[in-house]
Amino acid sequence: MKGQLPADDNRPAGTVVDRKTASPWSAHLVPWRSRITAIIVLTVVVLVVAAVATTIGSVSIPITDAIKVVLDRLPFIDFTPTWANGTGIIIADIRLPRVILAGLVGAALATAGATYQGLFRNPLADPYLIGVAQGASLGAVAGFVLPISASFLGVGIIPIFAFAGGLISMVIVYLLARQGKSLPVTTLILAGVALSALLSSVVSYLVISSGDKMHSILFWLMGSFSLSQWSDVRMVLPYIIVGTGIILLYARSLNVMQLDEEQAQQLGINVERMKIILLAAATLITAAAVSFVGTIGFVGIIIPHAVRLIWGADHRFLLPLSVLCGAIFMILADLISRTILAPTEIPVGVVTAIFGAPFFLYLLRRRKKVIF
Amino acid sequence: MIKIELDNVAIGYYRRPVLRDLTFNVLPGDLVGLIGPNGSGKSTIIRALTRIITPLQGKIYLDGRELSTITRHELSQMLGVVPQLPLLPSAFTGFEIVLMGRNPHLGMFGNEKARDLEITWQAMEMTGTADLAKRIIGEMSGGQIQSLLIARALAQETRAILLDEPTANLDIGRQIEVLSLIKKLCRERNMAAMAAIHDLNLASQYCNRLVLISGGRIYKHGTPAEVITAENIRAVYGAEHCVYRHPLNGLPVVLVDGNVNSGIEGAKNG
Repeated sequence: MKGQLPADDNRPAGTVVDRKTASPWSAHLVPWRSRITAIIVLTVVVLVVAAVATTIGSVSIPITDAIKVVLDRLPFIDFTPTWANGTGIIIADIRLPRVILAGLVGAALATAGATYQGLFRNPLADPYLIGVAQGASLGAVAGFVLPISASFLGVGIIPIFAFAGGLISMVIVYLLARQGKSLPVTTLILAGVALSALLSSVVSYLVISSGDKMHSILFWLMGSFSLSQWSDVRMVLPYIIVGTGIILLYARSLNVMQLDEEQAQQLGINVERMKIILLAAATLITAAAVSFVGTIGFVGIIIPHAVRLIWGADHRFLLPLSVLCGAIFMILADLISRTILAPTEIPVGVVTAIFGAPFFLYLLRRRKKVIF
Repeated sequence: MIKIELDNVAIGYYRRPVLRDLTFNVLPGDLVGLIGPNGSGKSTIIRALTRIITPLQGKIYLDGRELSTITRHELSQMLGVVPQLPLLPSAFTGFEIVLMGRNPHLGMFGNEKARDLEITWQAMEMTGTADLAKRIIGEMSGGQIQSLLIARALAQETRAILLDEPTANLDIGRQIEVLSLIKKLCRERNMAAMAAIHDLNLASQYCNRLVLISGGRIYKHGTPAEVITAENIRAVYGAEHCVYRHPLNGLPVVLVDGNVNSGIEGAKNG
């Protein structure tokens, strides 16, 4: 037994020693600086990608014009319009809301995926694992099929039905899985998978019996940003900010949760409360994300893993980096979906997998290390 | 100083008691050994003391306070736990696992300071695990993980500690190191420690008191010499003629004679 401190006893008196470099534990300081640099750099990348994405499309617009148009819309800044007539509308009313919504949805799905994976200690978890997507799909399909064409606060019936469907299915799964005061994760996942299967067969039946609406339903199910408007952004934004904010606060506790629930409790984590709060927050942002744009797959499972491969599994960085990488990935996926076969749009859910999977497999092969 | 008290406690799962009439104390400076056959409920007692399960009956006190009135966060500052070979995430390094022992001392949203890293490092040095700091769990043996978990409980800086089979996966050298360390901490820091121990000889040598569990009750409670007797061992484990005196310190030792048909078939270990 070496009981003594990592001391520097043999130093001549008066030697100045920098504790940080002298201590053997200094090698284990959390690499805050490099990770914070990554966060700052990626934030800039998000802005650049978003700016570039607004310039590309059926009409190509110089980036200087695009930036001027955006700045012009802000209070106190005025430019004499040097750009073509339609440019302002294309940038500010069509492409910008679309790009921003894509970024928000990508960020939300990646964050929710990282949260579920951390909470369930399961690398296969994604935001749709416990029934949110199927519930939202059923809600949306019901909105398509039912002969109602009402709207609420300027929002169509489909997003509202989808949002409600996602939340309701989550509540059902929660109530089914709850045992007394505790919420066993395995039961939760099994209940979610079972309910998903049930709902998805109802959705399938509704789709094949929907006649001429089948195409638009399928397009929604695979996900698309083609109808994005500013009102969508305004509806989705508060949920995603609040939900993501709550999740980020629990980042270090999620690290401890990786041990297992019993050990996390013995180390002072109120596991049951944390599970409920994080489930609610992750479900809220998932439901908000899919309600307007459909159940876009792949992002929620792959982005967190890609972040883990590159920057490690510490949730204090995994979560914010997933927010940023999810946003970048989705903006690019949407850009590809609307440009690659223009003027036809392919569903963005198809793009995320076709372009994302090879990239992820590349990362997986290149870094052969334990990530989970 | 902290004292663990059990007062007429019954514990079980799904309202069916596994153990009842548990009454004993762990005083500051004590290293109490929980012994008993497989499945006798040693781990269940530890789970009840850490509030993973609630007693069906009776009260548990820690530091004079009823256990259920202590918040989980407070409890984790008072009571460290070394679980029995749990699954650990394989991507974490040894240092990261031990550092989690500092969680009870960090606020909900706080981060580790240099002091936490230093305490973590000291705990690793004390348990001889410093060389595991940079290795990942996936590459470690059961014994190495066991030592890390002990280091984590020390990093927790609690005044009471519970250990569930702390020596189960260790070789004889490490067993001696670990139990000597725990005994030393009990004496020097006046910690209250309780360990579920399978090995009766280790229990006899290192614990100052033993609680022998059998048949859902405390079969015998006292010093090693009072608990490990030929009679008790026969009654609880069904093993005959195996208790002797240690030639140097006179404490009871349990020796097996492979040439004698021990009465295992007739064992009644409840």
